[in-house]
Formats: sequence, structure tokens, C-alpha cells
Amino acid sequence: MPDMRRISVRVNGKDYDREVETRLTLVDFLRHELRLTGTHVGCEHGVCGACTVLVDGISVRSCLMLAVQANGKSLETVEGLAPDARSLNPLQTAFWENHGLQCGFCTPGVLMTLTEHLRAHPDSTEAEIRDVLSGNICRCTGYEGIVAAALQAARLMRGEAAQPRGHA
Amino acid sequence: MKPALFKYHDPDSLDEALALIGTLDEARVLAGGQSLMPMMNFRFVQPDHLIDLNRIAELSGIAIENGAIRIRAMTRQRDIEFSAEVARHCPILQAALLHVGHRQTRNRGTIGGSLCHLDPSAELVNCISVHDGARIEVRSRRGRRDLALTEFAAGFMTHSLAPDEIVTGVTLPLWGADHGYAFAECARRKGDFAVTAVAALIALDRGGRIARAAISVGGVTACPVRQAAAEQLLVGQEPDAEAWRAAAASLAFNNPLSDAYITAEYRLHLAEVLVRRALAAAADKAKQRRADA
Repeated sequence: MPDMRRISVRVNGKDYDREVETRLTLVDFLRHELRLTGTHVGCEHGVCGACTVLVDGISVRSCLMLAVQANGKSLETVEGLAPDARSLNPLQTAFWENHGLQCGFCTPGVLMTLTEHLRAHPDSTEAEIRDVLSGNICRCTGYEGIVAAALQAARLMRGEAAQPRGHA
Repeated sequence: MKPALFKYHDPDSLDEALALIGTLDEARVLAGGQSLMPMMNFRFVQPDHLIDLNRIAELSGIAIENGAIRIRAMTRQRDIEFSAEVARHCPILQAALLHVGHRQTRNRGTIGGSLCHLDPSAELVNCISVHDGARIEVRSRRGRRDLALTEFAAGFMTHSLAPDEIVTGVTLPLWGADHGYAFAECARRKGDFAVTAVAALIALDRGGRIARAAISVGGVTACPVRQAAAEQLLVGQEPDAEAWRAAAASLAFNNPLSDAYITAEYRLHLAEVLVRRALAAAADKAKQRRADA
């Protein structure tokens, strides 16, 4: 017999109330129950970082959390980053301009990792950005574009003008 | 894959958790989930009951008491990493944590979880090993036991707890204000499990000679091992390259691990190199902290 629980979560500012199986992982809950498919499922054992989301502002592997453990918590996923359906936030814009993605599979996780990091450290160095990105595997970019994008976003978030494209 | 069926329990007090684990069959305790969740997703582990400790507030916290640091079992690696108390009194934990997984895993992972998983390379277990008199606090409905790491560890990734027991905390005796410390490791990629890792603590006397040294090597054997002969050799010596070489040449291991990727010989080689590096870095740190004081 499936073990069921009722949970309430806030995701990107919106409240949801659902009955879930207790063995359901948080990432499957987001994708299958809430239909928020921006968060990707990669390895399902905590290695790749594609499923990274923020729980009460802290980045976690959502494949290693159960949906029931998110009860009463406030989540942020990649869907919550852009201010509206037609525009991108500064971090996303920087990814667009610096070729920070290619196939895009790892991108939602990378964006959430960097969202947490740059909020706490808007003056972050390249070394710190590379360190925090060690938890997200990207098989396309070689990370150069991701790091350039993160540095540009950090400058924007500090209120400094962005460098012209290609001269970062 | 997805976890197999289980019955989920999320007690909010230690007493309730102990009652559950004392009565349920085939139960597993869930701490930060950074090792157990992957094993459940793979269905390597299929408990009938999952007892989630994450809502038990009394199992989290860091305190300095009676010359020791006490870290409760559900304290997250993140909270140890950013603790001002740890930075001041037991900084080797923070040096070690920089090698533990990644930002996202340290945000959830706990010290009790690391300890119970007991990976041979686990950095926090190595830090417990390097502290003389470190105690692991274990509770059940039957009472409380305090174990040394050598009593707690029963073998490769296997602890000695009874089925009704839970680790509730760890206590490490402090080394004093100006001790030196270092954590050195070799891993194939950043954040991977170490091939070999070394935790070293050094205290210098007034004349600058080595008054006390502790060396623990992880990854070579099933559980981190202290190097008593090397530690003894260092006492009274000048902290110099010759002393580090002599200490590294007198390491001793029983049954070093060997697998398809890494031979025992290579682990032993790394142990020597990393011990030299860790001791040199720990002595430098001791001098620097004394100068800063």
C-alpha cells in the first residue's frame, strides 16, 4: 500500500497543496505533480546537479530530498527567475550573451546554484565561482561561458555596467 | 530509479525517534540523505520504515563545553563550515569540509550521517580520528553509550551500533588556541571521495619545537588510522623537512585497500606525500597563529 501524506509548499511565490506518496522525490514532485518541468532530472543520485533547486534560499539536490521533506517550505526553481514570460533576469541574460549553455540540460541547476551564490557573494571572484560550480556537471561548454556569464551577472548585480560582449 | 515502498516517519523529538527505532523492524534512519537517498534511489537499500530525523531540533547545534566541542548529529556540514565557534576552536573541521562534496551536498549533509555511512575516505570521520579522546554519543531507549571511533567502526562501511541505537552527537577535545592544523587530500576530481586524505594537528612548545602531534590517514584502510609511531617520533623535534620525512617514513597500515582503479601501493605512496605536506602546513599554521596572537 502506498504511504501517502498531504503537503503544502510555496514554489516561486505560489502556494500548492497536494497529496503525495512519501517515497516521491522532490524533483519528481515538481515535474510530475506541479508540472514545473524546468528542473531537470539527471543522475538521480546526487552527482550531476541538474536538479538543483533552492529550499528556503539554500541550494539542494532535489533528487536527494523527498517531497514530504519540503512540507511548509518555500522553494525556488528556474521558472521563478525571469520577471515575466517575455524577458530574462540579469543572470539569464548573461548566459544568453556569453554562450553559457549549449544543450541546456544542466542549465536550470547551474542557474539555481549561481543564484544562491551570487545573492550571498555579489563580489565573487572567478575562483569562488569555479569552486561552487564544481557541484554541477556540464558536458557541453567546458564551463568557460558559464564562468564568464556568472562574472558578468555579478557585475550587473553590483550595479556596474556590463563589459561589451566578447571583451569580458 | 526511484525508492522502493517504505513507511515514512518524521518524529519531532528524540524520544519519539528512539521509540520508533526501538520497535520497528527493517527501519533506517534518514539524516541529510546525501548517501542514503542515492542508495534508496538505486534500490541498494530498501527499508520497510524510514525514520526521518530532520524535524528534531534538539539533534542540531554546536557548543563549546569543558574544553571540548560538541556537535550534535544532525548539524549540517554547512553549519559547521560557517560556524564562528568552529573557526576559532576547531578549524581543522572547516579545512576538511572544503573537500567534502559540493556546496549543494554540504547544505544538506550532516556530521552524524557522514559518521554512520563510514566511507573509508570520509573527511569528517578522519577529523574525529585525529582527536584523542573523541567520543561518539549513541542513544537508545535503553540509555546512552559514548564510544571511541575505534569502538564505533566495526569494518568497511560498517558501524557497531545495535539496531535500536542512533548517533546523537560527537565530542572532540580542543587543542588550545594556537595549535596548527592541516587537511591534505588527493581526489580524482574536486568533491570526489578522496583516494587518500590526511588530517594533522601540531602544537609547538615555547622554544618552537614540536610538543605534540596527531596524524590520521583516511582512504588507505577501511577506517582512518592514527599513526602513533610517527607522532611519537615528532615530539621534541624541530618542525622541519627532516622531521616530516622521518614521520612519513614510519607510517603503518594493516591491509591497505586495493581496487580496480587504485592499487594499495599508490595509496601508500600518497599517504607518505600527504603526511609530509600536512605536517609542514600544520606547523606553518601553528607559527602563524602564534604570531597573530
